[in-house]
Amino acid sequence: MELVSVIGQVQSFSVLAAGLLISLAALGTGIGFGLLGGKFLEGVARQPELGGMLMIRMFIVAGLLDAFAAISIVFGLYLFFASNPFAAAVINAAKTTTAG
Amino acid sequence: MSEGFTPGQYIQHHLEHLTLNLKTFQIGNHDAGFWTLNLDTFIVSALIAIFMMVTLGLVARRMTAGVPGKLQNFVEIILDFVDKTVHEVFHTRTVFLPSLALTIFLWVFLMNAMDLLPVDAVPHMLGYAGLEHFKVVPTADPNATFAMSISIFALIIFFNIKVKRHHLLHEMMTFPFGKWMFPVNIAFRLIEECVKPISLALRLFGNMFAGELIFILIAILPWWVQWPPGAIWAIFHILIITLQAFLFMMLTIIYISMAHDTH
Repeated sequence: MELVSVIGQVQSFSVLAAGLLISLAALGTGIGFGLLGGKFLEGVARQPELGGMLMIRMFIVAGLLDAFAAISIVFGLYLFFASNPFAAAVINAAKTTTAG
Repeated sequence: MSEGFTPGQYIQHHLEHLTLNLKTFQIGNHDAGFWTLNLDTFIVSALIAIFMMVTLGLVARRMTAGVPGKLQNFVEIILDFVDKTVHEVFHTRTVFLPSLALTIFLWVFLMNAMDLLPVDAVPHMLGYAGLEHFKVVPTADPNATFAMSISIFALIIFFNIKVKRHHLLHEMMTFPFGKWMFPVNIAFRLIEECVKPISLALRLFGNMFAGELIFILIAILPWWVQWPPGAIWAIFHILIITLQAFLFMMLTIIYISMAHDTH
């Protein structure tokens, strides 16, 4: 019974970690995209003839902004759905202690 | 999703490479640490490069000054676009940089576009040939992206030395804080240069890996609800693959033009 609670604890912390990975990445890109899009619109409103050039620049920065958030989200999803190395280690340790 | 797998096993299965052990030359799951060649990445990227070279070569050979065909039109649009982008950033006369940029853009774009194939299609077909694992997206493998970014890193160093010669050392010592802070200046410069290949590679890898993993997660759903999320993500992903290919090209141009600028 104690083992179950230990495994449960590790799993709950992993879920929290996955949630943090996903949510902080979303928060960061949300703020970033908001600032970026707002500034872009401001710039276009001030000088509409520069719209095309500004849009390309905006996409460059958007790509820069997007990338590391994507990595963070994916490792969150990976921890959530695919494999959890922390829980697996605890389960393996539990198997050896109960067998021995 | 195939039968007899839990979701976790299914994802794990899709994230394994087809490997070649370079010590024993055995194909399959023989982990050799550093001496492992990811055959799938290698074969797919080489095939794409050959396809690209043959297509562009054919277009170049059949070029007409009269009414161009559709393919020639398309290639000319891309060429003009890349050339314009390069010369917006880079003001010295150069033939090397636009060709490098064109190669990077098309190659990375086509490698990324492999992500749009259904996740199970190619591994399933090759499964009949007895190959257990096969990842079709070369850029979702950090080895491929780091190979490209390290080549670009070498080019950056080469151009730094070629253009600046003995000024390079002077620039490393005195920029940005003046000559009395030279250890700090050198440390800053080294960090700045070393971050370039890492961020370039990780950015592309992260985006493509993310895209692939989300396609795999969608593939876990029952077949009758896969279509809406799959279609939405695929359409969004077309934007991402183009953007990442463009970004890789753009950053290469910017880094190499920075190597030409003197302070």
